[in-house]
Amino acid sequence: MPRFKVEVKVMPRPTLLDPEGQTVEHALHALGFHGVKGVRVGKSLVFNVNESDAENAETSARAMCEKLLSNPVTEDFAVFVTEIL
Amino acid sequence: MVQFPGSNCDEDTVRAVTRVGGKGYLVWHRDSELQEPDAVIVPGGFAYGDHLRAGAIARFSPIMGAVTAFANDGGPVLGICNGFQVLCEAGLLPGALMRNRDQLFLSRPVSVRVESTETPFTSAYRKDDILSLPVAHGEGRYVASSETLAELEREHRVVLRYATDNPNGSERDIAGITNQNRNVVGIMPHPERAVDSIVGNEAGRAVFESVVLSPAH
Repeated sequence: MPRFKVEVKVMPRPTLLDPEGQTVEHALHALGFHGVKGVRVGKSLVFNVNESDAENAETSARAMCEKLLSNPVTEDFAVFVTEIL
Repeated sequence: MVQFPGSNCDEDTVRAVTRVGGKGYLVWHRDSELQEPDAVIVPGGFAYGDHLRAGAIARFSPIMGAVTAFANDGGPVLGICNGFQVLCEAGLLPGALMRNRDQLFLSRPVSVRVESTETPFTSAYRKDDILSLPVAHGEGRYVASSETLAELEREHRVVLRYATDNPNGSERDIAGITNQNRNVVGIMPHPERAVDSIVGNEAGRAVFESVVLSPAH
C-alpha cells in the first residue's frame, strides 16, 4: 500500500478572540516589526499513513480531525497529503 | 468521581462529598462500569496533561461510555473545571473552554451568582445567591456559537455567572451551564475547595449538599 505524509493545520476560528496571537503580535511590535497585523496561532500535526490512494488518505485524515484532532466549536482545520515515494 | 491520569482534584472532591454526609468513591478511567452511583462527578486537574486540548483525549477513555449512558438516562453528572472541559469535548454540554483572555493561569477567588437552582448540584442554593469560590485555570473562557448562547439564556441554562469581574473573558460572563435535560452541569470554579470553615470559605458546600441530600431520583 502506498504511504502518504499528512499534515493537518489547526487554527482558531477567525471570529474568536486569540489572545495568544495578540501576545505574539505585541511582542513582534516591541521587537520593531511594526507592520505585522492579525497574528493568529494554531498547530500543525504531521504523520504518515498507509492508504490505497491520496483521496482515501485525505478522507481518513479529515475523519481524524472531525473525531479528535480539531474541535469544531473553536477550530478550523486543513489537510495536506503528499505521497512518500 | 472519575479519575483520569492527571486528575488532581479527585480526592478533594471525594472528601467534599463525605463532609456533607455522602459517600464518594473513585472510579479509574479505564474501568467500564460506574458501580451504580447516585451521581457522577468529573473532577478538576490536567487529564492527559491537557495534551492536544484540555479534555480532548480524556473524553475517549473507556469509562466515558458509562458516564454518557448514565447522563443520557438522566443521571446527575457534574464536571468541575477540567471536568467541565471533558464534558464539553464529550458533547454532553455545548460549547468549549478556551485559553483565558489575558493568557494567565488564574488562581484566586471569584464572585459568582447562582442563576439557576434547578439542577441537581445547585438546588441547595437560593436563586441569585452571590458566592465567592476559587478558580484555578488557564483555559476557562467559555465560548459557543451565538445560537447556542441565545439558547442557553432563553432556557435559563446558565447556572453560574461571574458577578463582579469576568476573570477569563467567558462569553456572557458564563461560569457554569447545564444541558437541556438539566441533569448535566459544568462549572469552572472549584466548590470542593470551599467546604471547610478552616479555609475561610464554605460557600461550595451547597453544591454537594444539593446532590447528597436531595431525594433519590
